[in-house]
Amino acid sequence: MDQDLKQEKIVEEARLFADKAIRPYAAEHDEKGRLPKNLIKKMAEKGFLSTSFPKEYGGLELDPVYYGLFTEEIGKACCSTRALVTVNTSLVGETMLRWARKDQKEKWLRDIASGRKIGAFALSEPEVGSNAQGVMTSYKESGSHYILNGRKKWITFGDLADFFIVIATGERGITAFIVEREFEGLKSHPIKGMLAGRASHIAVVELDDVAVPKENVLGGVGNGFTYIVNTALDHGRYSIAWGGVAVAQEALESMVAYSRQRSQFGKKIHEFQLVQGMIGDAVTKVHAARALCIRAGEMRREKAPQAIMETAIAKYFTSMVAMEVAANAVQIHGGNGCCSDYPVERLFREAKILEIVEGTSQIQQELIARFGLRKYYKKSKKS
Amino acid sequence: MSRTQKIREFIESHLVISNNEKVLKDDDNIFELGFVDSLFALQLVSFIEKEFEIELENNDLDLKNFSSINSIVSFLENKLGR
Repeated sequence: MDQDLKQEKIVEEARLFADKAIRPYAAEHDEKGRLPKNLIKKMAEKGFLSTSFPKEYGGLELDPVYYGLFTEEIGKACCSTRALVTVNTSLVGETMLRWARKDQKEKWLRDIASGRKIGAFALSEPEVGSNAQGVMTSYKESGSHYILNGRKKWITFGDLADFFIVIATGERGITAFIVEREFEGLKSHPIKGMLAGRASHIAVVELDDVAVPKENVLGGVGNGFTYIVNTALDHGRYSIAWGGVAVAQEALESMVAYSRQRSQFGKKIHEFQLVQGMIGDAVTKVHAARALCIRAGEMRREKAPQAIMETAIAKYFTSMVAMEVAANAVQIHGGNGCCSDYPVERLFREAKILEIVEGTSQIQQELIARFGLRKYYKKSKKS
Repeated sequence: MSRTQKIREFIESHLVISNNEKVLKDDDNIFELGFVDSLFALQLVSFIEKEFEIELENNDLDLKNFSSINSIVSFLENKLGR
């Protein structure tokens, strides 16, 4: 079968799965504050926890463009389920695929694919957000192990994960470690009261003299920031970019449906030009957002060095569009949009998170500006 | 275009703007001298892989391999031959 056709079939399967097994329960997950293990199991059985992995590690071999389209389908139905894909497949899985040793890949990637193990990425700390190089969690060499101490915060799926990629600092520079939940001294506590991502098992992870075997270093000692964090955030941004398209598309569909059903002043509200203005803007921006993501995906498929920057641009734009379209979807729903009876209320909350995770919009703006200041500088010719 | 020229061209197109009027020497440590930003190492990895058709692995990641034009050229000579 043609490769594109195979991939399209997987995305279509994801759409049907999302419609049947995810979307109808998204509000319930949000309310209960957890993703049921049964859903994770079903996703693993379908290969949806490893769609971008090669076959040898149990993956479905979606290329970056189709992986993006897959992410959109899951994200439209439920942001927390999409967050599982973002963290487990993109941040953890794809980073390990890129930089783990062969034996580490053998040990972990098949387990991720089969759902036997869920991974989480532990970078942020109570005092460390955007300045990722400032991590305070420490490591110290001790015989055949490293001893880790510190506190990680806002760790998505941190309360559910079976293992973590922990970023820590020490004598030989920032380093990434694969830390298993069962290692003595590791504890997690769920964070309650989240604006969104309520079913994403967001947690504080405490490391109290956790002894990590030396073979669990990921990507080499001292390479934790340059290669592991940057690779993980790049994959994370790509996934979040599609998550933004997902929220915006779902919100657009909701505003269209509602405006065609709802009547005021004796006519359907879509007939009002000011409502049409919001819908017209939403359609345009959703299309633009998806086009940016597809372009970034094509560049990733080509392994172009500029893909990192195009991904940052896509993430910045799509998260902004998600926020704007979700806000307008609430606006069109009026009072109903302010109530959890309608999904737009949740989409509005979820959109905000996308402007913060994997690098805030302001960090993206700085990155993009620096890129633009180089790329579009025409040196004047001196006479 | 020689390997050195290709690498120089790529690095020069990514210099941080506070340094883009400076002349980059072949043995300048681009990271220590602040010629490039923190994302550059990853972009450089992608460039090297695509341009020279190799796949870098875990044990190639030592930043010393990529710290100057000369070190990148010598790393590539070890990997690919002259």
